[in-house]
Amino acid sequence: MAETTHPEPNYIGVFWWLLILTILEIAVVYTPIAKMVIAVMLVTLAVTKAALVAMYFMHLRFERRTLALVALSPFVLCVFLILMLTPDIFPH
Amino acid sequence: MSEAAAIHAVVEPQESPLTPESWGKLGMWLFLAGDAMSFGCLIVGYGILRHASANWPVPKDVLGINLTAFMTFLLIVSSVTMVLSLSAIQKHDMARFKKFLGLTILGGLIFLGCQAYEWTHLITERLPEVGLSFSTHLFATTFFILTGFHGMHVTGGVIYNSCVLAAVTRGRYEAKHVEIAGLYWHFVDLVWILIFTFVYLL
Repeated sequence: MAETTHPEPNYIGVFWWLLILTILEIAVVYTPIAKMVIAVMLVTLAVTKAALVAMYFMHLRFERRTLALVALSPFVLCVFLILMLTPDIFPH
Repeated sequence: MSEAAAIHAVVEPQESPLTPESWGKLGMWLFLAGDAMSFGCLIVGYGILRHASANWPVPKDVLGINLTAFMTFLLIVSSVTMVLSLSAIQKHDMARFKKFLGLTILGGLIFLGCQAYEWTHLITERLPEVGLSFSTHLFATTFFILTGFHGMHVTGGVIYNSCVLAAVTRGRYEAKHVEIAGLYWHFVDLVWILIFTFVYLL
């Protein structure tokens, strides 16, 4: 059985990033700016954190490209789900 | 060798096409992709109900985010201890492996304890106080379904990790099994990161 061949990522470095981004998220919530701006920032920060976990902790960065497609497929389907539900979200 | 056996050998590759080191890893990724769709549907459903509702409360005012921020921190730390335990077993450092996997399990248990406390507080005091009980508002329904579904995943993860720890101790499991268990645990962490943002902060 092949041992892992990729170099070990700096796990503690990733941890600090996740911590900083979490603190940033909480700071953003209490910042008195437009709600829409807060929402966009929060979603960006959350997706960044999720990507960090997937890329480094789940080693997706060191896997074959096609596996990333498997990992991304639920997101594509979620977007599709939202599109299918738009008549319900924005009724005429 | 008969022709049938030769064909059989061709159609069943020895090596997993996407994860050459192990088939189990591919299996776990496929399971997680399906699981992500379940979570995705719940989050999308939550968003649409919230969008359609005229009197949706501001979640962080109802729920409070101090405890949840701590729970988020806890899961991130337990993800780190999980990768450190994998790193240790890959270097054949069994004492370090056991220590870090044990800490991961402990982190999961403390998370569940916090969630049990939070739910009790919400159900018995906070939600009736602001008129958002299970039976009166979809806010409570979506909140409990999402965090409950995730909580069950954490419970499953704690049991899974405990079984892995026992199996490695008995010499039946090796590093690749720990990596697969790690994938599941990190996924649970990843989903919590999204729930924390979508359900508590937004």
